[in-house]
Amino acid sequence: MSALHVAIEGIGLWAPKATGFDDLVRLLAGADTVPAPARAPAATLPANERRRAPESVLLAAEVAGQAVAQSGREAAGLACVFTSSHGDQGITDYMCATLASAPTELSPTKFHNSVHNAPVGYWTIATGCHAASTAVCAHRHSFGAGLLEAASLVVAERQPVLLVCSDVASSGPLTEMAGCTLAFGAALVLAPTPGVRQLATLRLTLSPGEPSAPSWPDPLPAWQSGNPAGDILRLLVPLARREPAAVAAAAPGLQLSMDLGYPA
Amino acid sequence: MPDRITPLAVSACTATSALGHGLAAHARALARGESGLRPNDISSAPLPCWIGRVEGVEDAPLPAPLAGWECRNNRLAWLGLGQDGFLARVEAARARYGAHRIALMLGTSTASIGATEEGYRRLDADGRLPADLRRPAIHAPHSLSAFVAEALGLQGPCLTVSTACSSSAKVFANAERLIRLGLADAAVVGGVDTLCDSVLFGFNALELVSPEPCRPFDVARRGISIGEAAGFALLERASAAPDAPQLLGYGESTDAHHMSTPHPEGLGAELALRDALARSGLAAGQVDYINLHGTASLKNDEVEAALVGRAFGERTRASSTKGLTGHTLGAAGILEAVLTLLALRDGVVPGNAGASTPDPGCGPSFAWQTERRELRVALSNSFGFGGNNACLAFARDGASA
Repeated sequence: MSALHVAIEGIGLWAPKATGFDDLVRLLAGADTVPAPARAPAATLPANERRRAPESVLLAAEVAGQAVAQSGREAAGLACVFTSSHGDQGITDYMCATLASAPTELSPTKFHNSVHNAPVGYWTIATGCHAASTAVCAHRHSFGAGLLEAASLVVAERQPVLLVCSDVASSGPLTEMAGCTLAFGAALVLAPTPGVRQLATLRLTLSPGEPSAPSWPDPLPAWQSGNPAGDILRLLVPLARREPAAVAAAAPGLQLSMDLGYPA
Repeated sequence: MPDRITPLAVSACTATSALGHGLAAHARALARGESGLRPNDISSAPLPCWIGRVEGVEDAPLPAPLAGWECRNNRLAWLGLGQDGFLARVEAARARYGAHRIALMLGTSTASIGATEEGYRRLDADGRLPADLRRPAIHAPHSLSAFVAEALGLQGPCLTVSTACSSSAKVFANAERLIRLGLADAAVVGGVDTLCDSVLFGFNALELVSPEPCRPFDVARRGISIGEAAGFALLERASAAPDAPQLLGYGESTDAHHMSTPHPEGLGAELALRDALARSGLAAGQVDYINLHGTASLKNDEVEAALVGRAFGERTRASSTKGLTGHTLGAAGILEAVLTLLALRDGVVPGNAGASTPDPGCGPSFAWQTERRELRVALSNSFGFGGNNACLAFARDGASA
């Protein structure tokens, strides 16, 4: 089975008690952290876009901005893989409710913001990025499938890639179906090895099988069960602890094994 | 510019749209220029426009073991998979490579949102979705791919691409990378989108829906006609199917301009085109036919016609087939890839249906009527909201590349 080798050059994180990857490191060390504000600052977006942007766009742009800043790379040069299992659930709720009551009153802006690639669209507009960009999903496996897509892009095209994995909290009647009890987002800048400012290296392999359930301290289990993007903790927790291996699922019955290396 | 890639065999393909079920119906409609558009009879409230509706979806329930996936989009997917012996071709590939070695990469813009819309129209007294629609998997945008993975018994990498109207063109790129890197031996690619209120009333709100059948590249075009479609293709290494048509390359780019309006100079579209030509090792002069995005929106057609004019000479023929099928959104990439493969196979340049008075911005490449000529290499353009662009390059066979 072929292995993919990539470098991690930047990490972004936004969770109920984390406004960056350092907060995860602190939480795992037993320290307390402050609750994240309800609205992610998303400083990469121009002020007028930030004011009117839907929550899914703010969340994705926030973690993307953190990861890119840490990498020291120009955002304009990064291909983009944005994953979200459910898209902007607030907009979906609005759209379905409006279509059920007064379909001809649907807001055109809400409609064009309802496309799954709205976050990556706004991100590329804000950063002047003309590289390939995509918006993908794989329900409960969006992280593993998205990482596989991003890493294959890095290796096949020998180019750096921004991977964003985020979902907002559910709204309305869909809450019972999607079950997102909280907002969670994370991002990675991945690059061909050796990376410029590599924080860690990843060696990825696929094999049949299901990863076992992780065992983490609170509040991390609630983050993972409360949001499908929280599955990225399967990589971020081992990274924060500087462990040598991680495992996630890229699809049902398909394991994505990750060997981690750290620069001296 | 990217390096040239090794072509892949498109060893099987199929399409189902307003033109009919399967390849034969599509080839016939292309040759005759027969449109499948009809007055809108599907939205939950009246909306005067024309649509490309697939016949028979209502009468084709899913088989009992798959009934948990019931919704119009998955029904259309199943109907599409059942054409042209496609199920048997996937079965043979699974036997040859193993279920874990076949990737499944599908594009869709709205997946089964129609089922969610229906749930909101029938909320119960407690404000919950009705009991028959409390099936979480159909309310997620991955519904289509998860359903098809189960229906085909595939266990390899599985991903939904949802970049609006470029979705099911981009899946060819995802699959090619996985095969090139040795992570899969074959891939089922494709896409499905179905007519639903979200897109009909959404595009209506943006004032992009034509009240008459769409007229791509006509000087008096008035917007799009929305359609639905399912399409699939099986990609393998060229050595596995030496006589099959080939995917020569693809290009992907981003406009970085506006969420719902293309870049005024077609910057992203041209980047995708140049990327596709480079990856395919082609010069523009080698391209015999381009299936254009050609939605019949004012802006898209203006920008795309200008790009054709500056990048290609008269010998490269170009047309939009959306006057036949409607704009099938997330399924447009695969539907038009299949139409492009049929054009290559049959030596038929589809006439640009729907237009009567060409926009003066259209140059000599435009094929206003059906033409018969030998075609060896063809491109298919797909552009989406968010400035998301894709261009695919195909050859009639391995000797034509």
